[in-house]
Amino acid sequence: MPIVAALLSVAGLAGVAVVAPILTARRVAWATPVVYGASFVLAAVLLICGLLALLGGSAFQGTVHLPVGLPWIGAHFALDPLSAAFLVIVDFGAVVASFYAIGYGAHEEEPGRVLPFYPAFLAGMNLVVLSADAFSFLVAWEFMSLSSWALVMAHHHDEENRRAGYVYLLMASFGTLMLLLGFGLLAGPDGDYAFSAIRTAEHVPWLSGLVLVLMLLGAGSKAGLVPLHVWLPLAHPAAPSHVSALMSGVMTKVAVYGFIRVVFDLAGEPAWWWAVLVLILGAGSAVLGVLHAVLQRDLKRLLAYSTVENIGIVFIGLGLGLAFKTNGMAGAAALAVTASIFHAFNHSLFKSLLFFGAGNVLTGTGERDIEKLGGLVHRMPETAYLFLGGCLAISALPPLNGFVSEWLILQAILLSPDLPQWALRFLVPASGAMLALAAALAAACFVRAFGITFLSRPRSPAAETAHEVSRWQIRAMYALLAVCLIAGIFPGPFLDALSPVSQMLVAGAMPKQPILPHLSIIPISESRSSYSGFLVFFFIMMASWAAIRVIHNFASRAVRRAPPWDCGFPDASPVTQYTANSFAQPIRRVFGPIAFRAKISQTMPQPGDMAPARLTLSLRDLIWEFIYAPIEGAVLYAAERLNILQFLTIRSYLSLVFAALVLLLVLVATWA
Amino acid sequence: MGLILAILIQGIQMVLVLALAPGLIGFTRKVKARLLRRQGPSVVQPYRDLLRLVRKEAVLADNASWLFRNAPYLIFATTWVAAALVPTFAAGLHFSWAADLIAITALLGSARFFLALAGMDIGTAFGGIGSSREMLFATLAEPAMIMIVFTVALVAGSTQLSTVAEFMVDHSTLRVSLGLALIGLIIVALTENARVPVDNPATHLELTMVHEAMILEYSGRHLAVIELAAALKLLLYISLIACIFAPWGMARQDDGVLGMLVGVVTWVGKLAIGGFLMVLFETAIAKMRVFRVPEFVGGALMLGFLGTLLLFVSRSF
Repeated sequence: MPIVAALLSVAGLAGVAVVAPILTARRVAWATPVVYGASFVLAAVLLICGLLALLGGSAFQGTVHLPVGLPWIGAHFALDPLSAAFLVIVDFGAVVASFYAIGYGAHEEEPGRVLPFYPAFLAGMNLVVLSADAFSFLVAWEFMSLSSWALVMAHHHDEENRRAGYVYLLMASFGTLMLLLGFGLLAGPDGDYAFSAIRTAEHVPWLSGLVLVLMLLGAGSKAGLVPLHVWLPLAHPAAPSHVSALMSGVMTKVAVYGFIRVVFDLAGEPAWWWAVLVLILGAGSAVLGVLHAVLQRDLKRLLAYSTVENIGIVFIGLGLGLAFKTNGMAGAAALAVTASIFHAFNHSLFKSLLFFGAGNVLTGTGERDIEKLGGLVHRMPETAYLFLGGCLAISALPPLNGFVSEWLILQAILLSPDLPQWALRFLVPASGAMLALAAALAAACFVRAFGITFLSRPRSPAAETAHEVSRWQIRAMYALLAVCLIAGIFPGPFLDALSPVSQMLVAGAMPKQPILPHLSIIPISESRSSYSGFLVFFFIMMASWAAIRVIHNFASRAVRRAPPWDCGFPDASPVTQYTANSFAQPIRRVFGPIAFRAKISQTMPQPGDMAPARLTLSLRDLIWEFIYAPIEGAVLYAAERLNILQFLTIRSYLSLVFAALVLLLVLVATWA
Repeated sequence: MGLILAILIQGIQMVLVLALAPGLIGFTRKVKARLLRRQGPSVVQPYRDLLRLVRKEAVLADNASWLFRNAPYLIFATTWVAAALVPTFAAGLHFSWAADLIAITALLGSARFFLALAGMDIGTAFGGIGSSREMLFATLAEPAMIMIVFTVALVAGSTQLSTVAEFMVDHSTLRVSLGLALIGLIIVALTENARVPVDNPATHLELTMVHEAMILEYSGRHLAVIELAAALKLLLYISLIACIFAPWGMARQDDGVLGMLVGVVTWVGKLAIGGFLMVLFETAIAKMRVFRVPEFVGGALMLGFLGTLLLFVSRSF
């Protein structure tokens, strides 16, 4: 039974986490390869379990009830199509990240702060996906949050990282609290918290609506939905790069899993306004996330903001799924949900790839600031090649995988004029426009990220003396790029594999993808739309090959090297190049006034005055200002007011306790 | 036999777009010159230019990377594939099912991605300025294009261009949404092809240039391939507008040789008319400041969005 093997592997990961501190405390030289190697093997077993359960049908699925945890409940674990699909996403990321870390971890200064928590983090994420009752789910969730928090704090000497850890801890606690309340509302009549009991219980519609809101707050904050994303661009970059890849690529997917599990599977029939909420948050996250990303100069923070964007795209798909499900359009709902989960999978691939690339840059140069990089394509050719592949995939360009899932979501949007609710009819095309805008901005963002980091001339000595990194790191990235390409060229089997999931969630499935003709995928029917990644890839390869052959054979293949032309005025200094900031300036100028209230003010000195002219740019983070700053202010204010409670006499304390007791007793008396 | 014939016709389309693209550029230049009362170069001049360029040695900057050398071929290949997938003289070609209009838009996006990267490779100020502005325009032109695709797809019930073309022939009625989409598509086409109100294809050494700034460091065969790709893109957009909004004369899937011939002749006629109208518009209007362009292209986005919204309100618009 895969579920048993999966649980044993999780226990194994926990065991590794226990052994790791002993190894690091004794400063064993091989601690790093052993811990990551063991994580690699165990995650591979989990991956196989997930694949078996997803592809093998019900024979490989199952439930386990362990007599641990709370005495009258125990712990339920289950492997159904949904958890199997996410088990695959989690553990593919984990396998590759562990492999990468064998090379990357060798540069870790304090391995004792990373090695114990890494397998614990993996175990936590797997347990969330496997657990089948509210208690195990919440415990696993909190375990995942805390172990990842420890990893964020690995480089705690940096002031910025400590702040990131603090904000992350606050937001994670808030999120878990919301989940706790949400599951509390879902419980069956006799307090049965197993998912199977919740699923069959009668749900009051308005309570289910409240559960949705709580889930959006709880799971959405972990996934990074705007406006709950504030911790994400701080915490993800602070961790070591392979952990950043896991947090951005995989942990956000665990949050998506939690949302899907509750909202599609447990909370009963959706109401149409659920879709409105999810669509608005998704579309907002997509556009705001990428607008932030395009302005960042820290490579890892840029990637973290782009995660916010992609989570937004996933939630647009889920919102569409809810809209179709509530109106009984099973086929369309299946398309939207499948596209959404496929995008989650794709994002886990290319985001890990890009974070690994950023990790390589960090290893090779010691820099994360792209304004100080440049020209790495010469010194780190393989990293550059792999990072370019990730950039192409995340910018939704054919024939890679990012395009396929976004294309499927666009196809789902085209089905929505049949929705009866007017609010949805207006909202869905708007979110389609937002999605297209986000995709185009993502392309700009990654042209900038790749162009400034890897192309042009080195902007600092660190970039000039960069060196290529270990083979482990490079090979892990090749594996990811290969899967990106395969998922882009042959998406059909991936979509077929997800059909039991959509069957389970929305009681419908996409049409079975034909192997022939042309290896194309068909979202609804052949006359509506089809796309063959394989043919597109094949044609591009053939066309470029033909062009090269013809020109080299029949015309010239001579090459001469010369100084750059630059209209006759080349300047040798690298500061004359376009910088990351100047590249983003036009976009900031067009979108900044709306999104960030961007203001540019100039002070020109009077003629004769020797003071320099100054140009100041102010960008405001409106979400922080309007949501978080007031809360922060209110908490501070309340704390200061309550301060007097610390300096009371013993009599006042006793009377306070007495008053509280009386109040509670009165409450209990009136309640019962 | 049928399969071989189908592949053959698809091959003819691929060769035909490639062969006609420089001619279209030559034709527009000639018309423009005549409108300005100049004699202008011959229509076949672009062919001669391309031949001259491919025969020359390529001069590469000292620090040009592998990306710089390979990008022209990838740009060319993606554009060519996109152009081959747009129905030109016949609908329902054998490989037209490989990609729909959204995929064609994204293919052009791939070409732009590589072009913008190539512009940044050497690390000159001009290359950076061109790439940065190209990506800015794309951030609005691409969603505008997707919205126009939505409008067309909601009317025709398919994003597949062949189906759209056949639908438009069979159910040709005047619709508000299609009118909006047409205007939007023209704006997008002008932007994407770096034509006059947005960019000036005829100048170098102008601070406002976009496309030419990116390819400033290219020479010889690399430049030739990029120029050819640019010509293909212009042909693609005119064919696209013709295919959606004036598909008459296009051969059907089961039409014989005669139908195909009629299709080719009408298609060439449409290209000529489209090129002529574009040049007429160009000579009548001045180039915009760079930061006016987002408003211009944003207009296309709004038009496309409005068209889509109208169709979400009622399918009869």
